[in-house]
Amino acid sequence: MNFTLRVWRQKDSVSRGELVEYKIQDVSEDSSFLEMLDILSENLVEDGKMPMAFDYDCREGICGMCSLTIDGIPHGPESGTTACQLHMRHFKDGQTITIEPWRAKPFPVVKDLIVDRSPLDKIIQSGGFITTRAGSATDANTHLIDKGTADYAMDAAACIGCGACVAACPNASAMLFTSAKVAHMNSLPQGKPEKHRRALAMVSTMDGEGFGGCTNIGECEAACPKNISLDVIAHLNRDYAIAQVKNFFKPSA
Amino acid sequence: MNLDAKIPEGPLAQKWASHKFNMKLVNPSNRRKYSVIVVGSGLAGGAAAASLAEQGYNVSCFCYQDSPRRAHSIAAQGGINASKNYQNDGDSVHRLFYDTVKGGDYRAREANVYRLAEVSSDIIDQCVANGVPFAREYGGLLANRSFGGAQVSRTFYARGQTGQQLLLGAYSALSRQIGLGKVKMYNRHEMLDLVKVDGHAKGIIVRNMVTGEVTSHAADCVVIATGGYGNVFFLSTNAQGCNVTAAYRAHKQGAGFANPCYTQIHPTCIPVHGDKQSKLTLMSESLRNDGRIWAPKLAEDALKIRNGVLDPNSLSDDNRDYFLERKYPSFGNLAPRDISSRAAKEACDEGRGVASTGLGVFLDFRDAIQREGKKAIEERYGNLFDMYQCITGDNPYVTPMMIFPAVHYTMGGLWVDYNLESTIPGMFVGGEANFSDHGANRLGASALMQGLSDGYFVLPYTVGNYLGEQGVHSAGKVTNEHQAFAEAENRVKARIDKLQSINGSESPRSFHKRLGNIIWEYCGMARSEEGLTTAIEKIKELRKDFWSNLRVVGEAGNINPELERAGRVADFIEFGELMCRDALMREESCGGHFRIEHQTEEGEALRDDENFTFTGVWEYMGDDIDPRLHKEELIYENVKLATRSYK
Repeated sequence: MNFTLRVWRQKDSVSRGELVEYKIQDVSEDSSFLEMLDILSENLVEDGKMPMAFDYDCREGICGMCSLTIDGIPHGPESGTTACQLHMRHFKDGQTITIEPWRAKPFPVVKDLIVDRSPLDKIIQSGGFITTRAGSATDANTHLIDKGTADYAMDAAACIGCGACVAACPNASAMLFTSAKVAHMNSLPQGKPEKHRRALAMVSTMDGEGFGGCTNIGECEAACPKNISLDVIAHLNRDYAIAQVKNFFKPSA
Repeated sequence: MNLDAKIPEGPLAQKWASHKFNMKLVNPSNRRKYSVIVVGSGLAGGAAAASLAEQGYNVSCFCYQDSPRRAHSIAAQGGINASKNYQNDGDSVHRLFYDTVKGGDYRAREANVYRLAEVSSDIIDQCVANGVPFAREYGGLLANRSFGGAQVSRTFYARGQTGQQLLLGAYSALSRQIGLGKVKMYNRHEMLDLVKVDGHAKGIIVRNMVTGEVTSHAADCVVIATGGYGNVFFLSTNAQGCNVTAAYRAHKQGAGFANPCYTQIHPTCIPVHGDKQSKLTLMSESLRNDGRIWAPKLAEDALKIRNGVLDPNSLSDDNRDYFLERKYPSFGNLAPRDISSRAAKEACDEGRGVASTGLGVFLDFRDAIQREGKKAIEERYGNLFDMYQCITGDNPYVTPMMIFPAVHYTMGGLWVDYNLESTIPGMFVGGEANFSDHGANRLGASALMQGLSDGYFVLPYTVGNYLGEQGVHSAGKVTNEHQAFAEAENRVKARIDKLQSINGSESPRSFHKRLGNIIWEYCGMARSEEGLTTAIEKIKELRKDFWSNLRVVGEAGNINPELERAGRVADFIEFGELMCRDALMREESCGGHFRIEHQTEEGEALRDDENFTFTGVWEYMGDDIDPRLHKEELIYENVKLATRSYK
């Protein structure tokens, strides 16, 4: 297959970027999108040019490192798929494809297609954990957790932290990401003691890092490669509201 | 090289408890005076960094990805073993210990494996406490399944994403410590050298992969948890960034490298589709519970299938060879990984392989679908079938799935004693990066167990013991102002300059592929003296070629994926040679290491317990000097050596 690629090139975080056009030929339809970019990189290297910088690691859709906006859609047109699991057979021979980094203010471009997603880590650091020390745990079957709750927590915990939800959101909100973690931990008995602290702290960090507010547009759910449902946002909103009220009456909570 | 394993005295079941009691403690108010460097943020590194910080040490943690949450532990699918005996089916610490030693083909150290089995229960408790959503039964209890041919159900799982959930558990504990300021996290940093002061590991040299800056970091000790070396094969199921550099640089600084030839080839991966492929994808082993593995009996039929002239469904049973069922009637399609992989290779070597490259065999669900209905199969394997279809474009409900073995895990690694301390004092090694627990073959669902055992429950004790022994007067005494750091930094910078100044014509990726082809061909599933000797010669030539014809575009002071790859490939080339030497030295077949000279008449692996019941540990002697072999004899006091039989 042959393609025309329009790829975002940007030397570093302070330089101006632009879309540069490349032709690529003889790509196998079994190649993944990133393997197609590997081939382009090798071609560029052969010409003595700098290959594109883009993030990737596991290439099996689980590490969350890859972060390409393909024809305007984070992770491309296939639903429930990361860019690394997207195969070229889903494109038309001769097609022009535009490849950009995540576009969101809290994720500045570092180089070409690489952005800085450390604000997501900061949200987790502020409350996305259950306080426990190695060695302090009780027997694993002490808390019985009904299957429905365990499944619900697992659905939310499937988030890979790629940031596609932020990139897809017109407000660059990180609500789906933040809510997924809150829903996962707040629904489990182990996570209950810190339920309110967690909701307040993570939302506060999210706001502080410059992510926008959520206006229930739903682009995040559509872009999520792990099909995380908007329901988790309702979960966070509920827990957050209760936490705010409790906080109002008892500021030390 | 001193290979004293420091196995504690006393009966097997009391060793760890009495060792813990005998260890030096560090007063809580003194712990803040010490600093520890942890390289790698996977299960072992992430858990160790978090746990050491919880104890009060100052930790610096380094990873090459943009976040510690991306370490490749995340990709493990199947599950994690623990001897909880929640199923009341006769499991125990001793049984898990025994299964692991036997599964490792009697090439692991008894005391370490026993400790692993012992702490396995604590791991599950710890993970549940920090929020890992393991699968549950309707009554709310934890669910288990049997895995990898075990006769008890001891595997805990979180759908097909157990590794992800365990890693995110460790990541959340680590994140908490980062938030508290007890761990300083360095993302997008790559360790390029180890620094020793007076023989003890006291720091590392790293390159900031965004700015290209090379910096020195000092600490009171160093923990290496940088994963395995499967990418020496170029194609493997490892993440793209997985590399041997940190471990190999430590090796060059004096750390013994143990059993590099022990690599695990997983039988059920999606076959290679072409020479532009970047990685292989694993399909869960659970598929072998219902799928039947076969290849055409006749090479001409296989050729017709490859060329698309013959539909595999139309081939009658008489013309199919269900080779695992034929060779291993009692285990059939569930034969262990090493044995299944070799059988598939044999079929392909005989020209009976399928897939476009001829390197594939069928994993056919036709009979299972007929027997139990499509719906039942869909419930069991729906997500795996979808994944297969997403990657290959074939519908496995209609066309038989194709599989081929791929490199998946490396049992070899840096040599460590019972304390997980390498031959360099003060340098500890955890997880896949060390060699300790799996012998010559790892059992399914044991990698996650070992990573977390090392990280949560072993290193936090043994590192503390080391620091306690050094004494509080030594804490923080060595800084990165020390001469040794300047020397190491210069070494690293000179190497980067050298890589960039060759100005040849071949890309690092191209060299990596060439290396991978050599290793796969001669040091893959079947090895021979002749092949390995050839491989060593070829790798030497490749190395020469690399240093005279490499081309690295771009500059060093910026993100440069070519430069990163060049450095890693340079180490992989040297390491590949070591691996072949080890395979050549080991004149027996055991676990994942199969020497064609050493097999029974039926073609089964033939161990030589009399001469090879030892761990082969290599000492680096210099750039163009052959490495020196040392041996740690393995003493079995609790397990009787027997031949593994799956007939």
